[in-house]
Amino acid sequence: MKPFAYARPGSVAEAVRDVAAEPAAVFLAGGTNLVDHLKLGVARPDLVVDVRTLTSREISDLPDGGLRLGAASTNSEVAADRRVRERYPVLAEALLAGATGQLRNTATTGGNPLQRTRCVYFQDVTTACNKRDPGSGCSAVGGYTRHHAVLGVPAALPDPTAPETCTATHPSDMAVALAALDAQVQVLGPAGERTIPFADLHRLPGDDPSRDTVLEHGELITALDLPPLPAGARSAYRKVRDRASYAFALVSVAAVVTADGPGSSTVRIALGGVAHKPWRATRAEQVLRGGPLTEDAVRAAMAAELAAAQPQPGIDGGNGFKIPLLTRTVVATLRELVEATR
Amino acid sequence: MDAEITLTVDGAARTLTVDTRTTLLDALRERLGVTSPKKGCDHGQCGACTVLLDGDRALPCLALAVAHDGAEITTADGLAADGELHPVQQAFIDRDAFQCGYCTPGQVCSAVGVLAEVDRGWPSHATEDLTADPQLTHDEVAERMSGNLCRCGAYVNIVPAVQQAGGVQA
Repeated sequence: MKPFAYARPGSVAEAVRDVAAEPAAVFLAGGTNLVDHLKLGVARPDLVVDVRTLTSREISDLPDGGLRLGAASTNSEVAADRRVRERYPVLAEALLAGATGQLRNTATTGGNPLQRTRCVYFQDVTTACNKRDPGSGCSAVGGYTRHHAVLGVPAALPDPTAPETCTATHPSDMAVALAALDAQVQVLGPAGERTIPFADLHRLPGDDPSRDTVLEHGELITALDLPPLPAGARSAYRKVRDRASYAFALVSVAAVVTADGPGSSTVRIALGGVAHKPWRATRAEQVLRGGPLTEDAVRAAMAAELAAAQPQPGIDGGNGFKIPLLTRTVVATLRELVEATR
Repeated sequence: MDAEITLTVDGAARTLTVDTRTTLLDALRERLGVTSPKKGCDHGQCGACTVLLDGDRALPCLALAVAHDGAEITTADGLAADGELHPVQQAFIDRDAFQCGYCTPGQVCSAVGVLAEVDRGWPSHATEDLTADPQLTHDEVAERMSGNLCRCGAYVNIVPAVQQAGGVQA
């Protein structure tokens, strides 16, 4: 591990100043992802600024009926909070579907969404990876692609030598639920505070796969705000993985359904395990708007959403299975929610 | 770069100077000679190093020692009070819940954490009704203990041991 200086400043503002002043500085919260990446040589900071005990650990009611999750609240605490379990079951279910008890006790509200978008090649410093080492190429193209993206990817076999190629996925379950809930991200940076809609926090590789989010260097998440859901709204998270526990999603679905009247619903859908970011299925949502949530309608909506999907061939058989699996998982999740609202 | 820290380990305050890169696990094992937490994968995947960190089960292999100055750590070695085994330790013996024993200190600490979490009413992925208090069923224990691997495959006895320690007939 490369040597680094460690600092625990006296305030959040000081922590932001410290990181902003040092280009090779990083924030440390629970550390469950960062410490692993320090050991692997994937993260090589000169300065680690510890904010775990600086940001709020409170979960508090907002005047509009929503909930504010302090950045230092742990994944376990948020999943166990009665208000989250009753009002935002999709978030409790997503958190509980992720990692293990030990990790959830350590991982934080601010840190979980900022775990790296990654793949096995990103974690292996002996391989080419545009995300870890910009411009070096992408080893995933035609390699092991089972956990890789099918959405937000330009082609079935993108150019492995192009500097923009990256087919890694964002592995957070929590983030998929937050995208469906239209959470708001409270950020403090060198230029002051700003609020980012959660669905806009993460980015596609674009021309710089090294950047997972739109946060500028020195910007710190201080809280996540959950807006109130409409009366009668139902929400759920469904995760499909290779083993029953402690595995990343092959695909996952977070959904929120609100009945507008007889035969008409508003649906919010976010997909996990399929893109460089938590994928809000806005096209499917548009197709379903105002109509009945029949199985045929949901299948048609998913066909529209997945029209541009690019299954990745690979030496492990590739990940084309994700496309029908996504549709079936959305169908099953919405069926359960519709039945629950009857 | 070095930093001086104090850790309370199994009731005893220990002050030491660590390189900022030192994990809490290496500080315990290599610097303080506390070898109850085992180094299995060293990447948070096996659970063999599980300890109670400020009361909650956690993985010292994924923690920087310098970030936990002042922490209170209980290892499996520190669970027995006045020579009396902790109920979880006794249940592991009663139920023959280990073979080679390498993962056992981590399993025991994790189980102590699980029982406290269930007592607090914390749900898990196996909890059917998120608004109800969870029960210590087989599926609940298996899900909650999924962060602790056992290469001998003693799970079939670990689950009833955790249930026994939690006061459930299994």
